[in-house]
Amino acid sequence: MVAGPYCTKLLADLGAEVVKIERPGRGDAARSLPPFFHDMPDPEASGLFLYLNTNKLGITLNVSTATGKGIFQELVKEADILVEDNPPQWMTEQGLDYERLQEINPRIIMASITPFGQTGPYRDYKAYPLNVFQSGGEGYLTPGGVENVDRPPLKVGGFLGEYDSGLSAAIAILAALYWRRKSGDGQRIDISKQESLMALNRLDMVRSANEGEVITRAKQGVPYGGVLPCKDGYTVFITWESVQWDRLVAFMGDPEWANDDMFGDYTGRYKHGELINALLTEWLVNHTQEELYHKGQAAGVPFAMVYTSKDLVDSEHLKERGFFVEIDHPKTGKVRYPSSPYRFSETPCQVMRPSPLLGEHNEEILARRLGHRQEELAKLGAAGVI
Amino acid sequence: MDSLSGVRIIDFTRYAAGPQITLLLAFMGAEVIKVESMVNIDHFRREEAAVVFGSARAAADCFNSLNASKMSVTLNLTTAGGVELAKRLVQLSDVVVDNFRAGIMDKLGLGYPILREIKPDIIMLSASSHGSTGPESKYIAYAVTMGALSGLSQVTGYAGGPPVIMRSSADLRPGTSAAFAILAALNYRLETGEGQFIDFSAREALSCGIGEIIMDYTMNGRVRSRNGNRDDIMAPHNCYRCKGEDKWVSIAISNDEEWAALCQAMGNPAWTKEERFGDQFSRWRHQEELDELIKAWTINYDHYQVMEMLQRVGVAAAPSFSNEELFNDPHCRERECFTSVQHPEEGELFVLAPAWKFSATPARVTGPAPLFGEHNAYVFGELLGMPEEEISRLVAEEILY
Repeated sequence: MVAGPYCTKLLADLGAEVVKIERPGRGDAARSLPPFFHDMPDPEASGLFLYLNTNKLGITLNVSTATGKGIFQELVKEADILVEDNPPQWMTEQGLDYERLQEINPRIIMASITPFGQTGPYRDYKAYPLNVFQSGGEGYLTPGGVENVDRPPLKVGGFLGEYDSGLSAAIAILAALYWRRKSGDGQRIDISKQESLMALNRLDMVRSANEGEVITRAKQGVPYGGVLPCKDGYTVFITWESVQWDRLVAFMGDPEWANDDMFGDYTGRYKHGELINALLTEWLVNHTQEELYHKGQAAGVPFAMVYTSKDLVDSEHLKERGFFVEIDHPKTGKVRYPSSPYRFSETPCQVMRPSPLLGEHNEEILARRLGHRQEELAKLGAAGVI
Repeated sequence: MDSLSGVRIIDFTRYAAGPQITLLLAFMGAEVIKVESMVNIDHFRREEAAVVFGSARAAADCFNSLNASKMSVTLNLTTAGGVELAKRLVQLSDVVVDNFRAGIMDKLGLGYPILREIKPDIIMLSASSHGSTGPESKYIAYAVTMGALSGLSQVTGYAGGPPVIMRSSADLRPGTSAAFAILAALNYRLETGEGQFIDFSAREALSCGIGEIIMDYTMNGRVRSRNGNRDDIMAPHNCYRCKGEDKWVSIAISNDEEWAALCQAMGNPAWTKEERFGDQFSRWRHQEELDELIKAWTINYDHYQVMEMLQRVGVAAAPSFSNEELFNDPHCRERECFTSVQHPEEGELFVLAPAWKFSATPARVTGPAPLFGEHNAYVFGELLGMPEEEISRLVAEEILY
């Protein structure tokens, strides 16, 4: 779906050869999810799938069949890393657990990504991205600073928590790979999505344990700033340093109210955050988002804009950094994709190939790499193995 | 064994995003030396942090969470002597990380070209908000503003409501991504002996987490906006009020089988047979009415009960957990999600244990966050071999400051 594929996309974009194994027939569930190219449902044109599987080779294989298991083991023998996101007991039921695979390839690094990990009372619980996000502690706090908490906690847009989990797994894999390069040993990695999310909210997570503070969505003293209305929508800013407040006052043209003693120091401003926001808004509504962002920044005040996906694609800054890359795919033609946040001086990320079509590399992997005879492939297909 | 044992990192980062990078690497056994100074003190060590977090202890707790297992030295980088010492540390190190605004390290005389000259295989990652190039590279940003610039705020919130600002996680997500980049460079160095420079942009890291939302625009010209907990396909798909104060459970249904199981768990009330809920698409179309009806059932139970009733029949349900619930949760207990350290000033403090379970090289928390300059003696005395008198002289000259 998302977490596992994102994990291996991160590795594939850095040059690892990733062989994606999909079930014959429908393939990865992400193939059936929108957005579809031109809104036409097509397993080869899901934007979600296309984004998450760049640079990978794709084969179809039913590892529940005896022959499929055999082929899978041949692949494991040649691999450095195995990533899987099946329910905890599934690989064992298939006879493909770590202990077994380690016999075939003692150096294998096997990472499993599941909602709650391989152990513990919730390990077999089912969780879709929404449930995962709410399990991780951030959902309960989203949206923060609201007047009342009668409306439900929210997820952050899209599948963010799944991406987070994939990244967490990818880090563990690279650490294990580093260790293996030094020691020669493989190992087993258990990734719980819940824990991956908790780790991103570590500041909030321990506050109850250490200070008895249960953090909620309710307002708890308002620092000024945040999302505020402006002339053409919303603007965003925050000031952590006192000098930034001084700059803000100057940027507004030194209004009288801002010089009131009650806003004289950080504590005072924090205490009267709500009042400051009300007074600020009277000024903000005369200015546009763009104006506030760029002129505010020029004045040394941390303003920003609430960017839409269109704003991201149109951003001169991101263009100049080459954040978007154009990828040609047989079903969609050339489309722009977000690339990565890191520019390596020696090992730049490169898109060598678009996401694979379902079973696109069956012949290359099974026939050319593993040496199965060409006529065998047709039989394997007919038998539902590939 | 630790996967990164023998790796030494010089850490010039402050705030949250940068410290998250080196925290993760410290969990894996890297030796992290945090370079601090009164001239440029970490936000969480300042008085303002006590105001924001409610107490000095809370601020110390946050600092501890982000800097456990690290060492601290005080080095004034606005002095020539301080920069010289920083360079000597870099010569003994594998990785340098900073999260200054673009250009600051160069200005300090600690830019990559200089560091590479004195340590040819050094890996340097500069994690700035906007990256080190581009017209906005000098702009100031924090979690809240980066969350907005990344596109996340735009798609987070109730339908028709204002965009939602991101929490500190909008700093820790990029920090996590930067740690990944460093690990990749460490692997490459082990293979080739070569170091490199990594220009890292925090806002781009956040944008990478909404790939499909961006692709909807690049493929279809569609600009996505806030839509609560709604999914494109699944329904019901929301958080539902449970018994108790501000208690909620998330429920998501992706097919007829799960729907039937949910209906059964609710006792098959008559409304579940209505035509408007007859198939996945109908349920999706009528999800607002559906949400009200489900809520009328969940409100009778506490959120743990709903999870158990539904999980028993194969329905995805999980409470919207608070920090307190997670700390006391039996599952988190069994998996040892929290661990404690003995802090010299604050006593026992809990921190989150590393989120990865390794069979051969378990990641771990080895100690509390350092006190300001706690490791000056080890780093300058032992690592750099400086006699005690010289260290005292540097303190007097405010080079160690």
